[in-house]
Amino acid sequence: MGMTISEKILARAARLNKTKAGDIVWVKVDKAMMDDILGPRVEIAENLKKLKKDVWDRNKVVIISDHYTPPANAKQAQIVKFTRDWAREYGIDNYYEFIGPCHQIMVEKGHALPGKVLLGTDSHTCMYGAMGAFATGIGSTEMLGVLVTGEIWLKVPETIKVIWEGNLKKGVMAKDVILKTIGEVGHAGATYKAVEHVGNTIENMIMDERMCISNMAIEMGAKAGIIPADDKTKDYLLNRGINDGYEIYKSDNDAKYCDTLYFKAEELEPVVSCPNEVDNVTEIKNVEGTPIHQAYIGSCTGGRYNDLLQASNVLKGKKIAKGVRLLVSPASKEVWDKCAKDGILQILSEAGSTILAPSCGACLGLHSGALASGEVCISSTNRNFLGRMGSKDSKVYLGSPLSVAASSIEGNIVDPRKYL
Amino acid sequence: MSDKIFTGNVWKYGDNINTDIISPPAYMELSIKEASRYAMSPIDTNFSQKFKKGDILVAENNFGSGSSRETAPLTLREIGVYIIIAKSFARIFYRNSINIGILVLECSETHKIEDRDELEVDYLGGKIKNITKNEIYKCTKMPEHIMKIINAKGLVPFLEEHNKDREEY
Ligand code: SF4
Repeated sequence: MGMTISEKILARAARLNKTKAGDIVWVKVDKAMMDDILGPRVEIAENLKKLKKDVWDRNKVVIISDHYTPPANAKQAQIVKFTRDWAREYGIDNYYEFIGPCHQIMVEKGHALPGKVLLGTDSHTCMYGAMGAFATGIGSTEMLGVLVTGEIWLKVPETIKVIWEGNLKKGVMAKDVILKTIGEVGHAGATYKAVEHVGNTIENMIMDERMCISNMAIEMGAKAGIIPADDKTKDYLLNRGINDGYEIYKSDNDAKYCDTLYFKAEELEPVVSCPNEVDNVTEIKNVEGTPIHQAYIGSCTGGRYNDLLQASNVLKGKKIAKGVRLLVSPASKEVWDKCAKDGILQILSEAGSTILAPSCGACLGLHSGALASGEVCISSTNRNFLGRMGSKDSKVYLGSPLSVAASSIEGNIVDPRKYL
Repeated sequence: MSDKIFTGNVWKYGDNINTDIISPPAYMELSIKEASRYAMSPIDTNFSQKFKKGDILVAENNFGSGSSRETAPLTLREIGVYIIIAKSFARIFYRNSINIGILVLECSETHKIEDRDELEVDYLGGKIKNITKNEIYKCTKMPEHIMKIINAKGLVPFLEEHNKDREEY
């Protein structure tokens, strides 16, 4: 019996020849990531002192202040300061702040590499699956264990294979692909499992789009959302000056999957996920005309270069509707700079949007664009839970950056294809 | 929770009680003690006042979905939640709960349980008795080695107490 990518990576990290779904293994962690909101401040700093321990390998720990940057108030500023000071105290050189959501930074800075095991105190850590890594979110006490020992016990997950074949229609993006997938699997349908995204639709996607897919694996309850690394992955890394130090794994032909789903890309229309669950997915035409107050393009899910580029194609020479705000937060400083250089920020700004710092802020209603009661937002982020972006009486629809941009022009949710 | 039976009254919720509901992001900058006042507030503003130590939190499917935030079980524990019974749990929440000493039990019949029912939970035997309704349901049996972590009030105190290394738990 062959092995899946997850089984191979976990076998490597557990120093075993073979693992199979259901095995419980102790694996060596290649990188441990903490952010500010759930980083050292929650259970970790205090307990590390209590246990009189140091971190196992300071070069394998990455800390990113992103949720509370730039801080909205003194409390948030205090948390960022605490995180920064803690990183310094423990000699963590891989500390970043104010340059964007952690997951984008992990990829840009070359921490998320094919074949590696990465753990983070944030559920969207699964995004590094797009690089062909095994990556998953853990809680603070688990992270404490990782920091002390460099290891963690994991149950090797079963894998669901999700195949997308064919070409996407114009106006349909990776975001539509993953929302459709989540709609079918259900928000708990992949709990405890890994999802492997394959097929030529995925192979044809650029890395920006693949990351959007893997990012949302947790929205099906999954432990990991893996896309096999290939030449595109290698090229992406090469552009960042990385040409070795990683391993590319492929699932064997006779690997065992617990389920296989098959989708035809040609049949996919733009979709949205409706309040208040991510798997509440419907074709956008079914909610066309829903009035919105805010449109948001940003986050580790939908704020990358390609997302802003696509949005700018829709908004070029147009104006957003009166009474609506379009907030744009590039997923990193690097994305910001590239978009600025290529004139994309200018187009978005001229259309009436407000360009924000690269940050988590509005994605979870912490700062820079929280919603008031009764307000409706269409967003390129990954969660639309009750109260996610502000008031518990606000509503969030999730859609592609194209759909968000088009809706901001009309002030209502709209199919983006009429603007292409 | 060193007795083998836990008796208490129920506060009952539905499906998909996610981490944004249990620990709303807006209050995460507060200390656990302060933030606990807002636990579950998007669906029940009264929760932190009405939940009394010894009560039992019961829900339907997929409890704790979403974020990895340990502030979710931590704020619940602060209020006095020591036992949660649901049809199913999200993966990260389940592990986080055990790590901080909350007993999480799966039971396929939670739809039969209502607010203020009195339950008698035999977590080693995997049985829940609904005293109010005079019914018996099956639930997951919690293995004794996991109960050791829970009884120690979590993994960190467990490690301290036993001064054990990982091979032993
Ligand atoms: S951008 Fe949103 S989803 Fe991504 S890490 Fe930040 S808060 Fe989480």
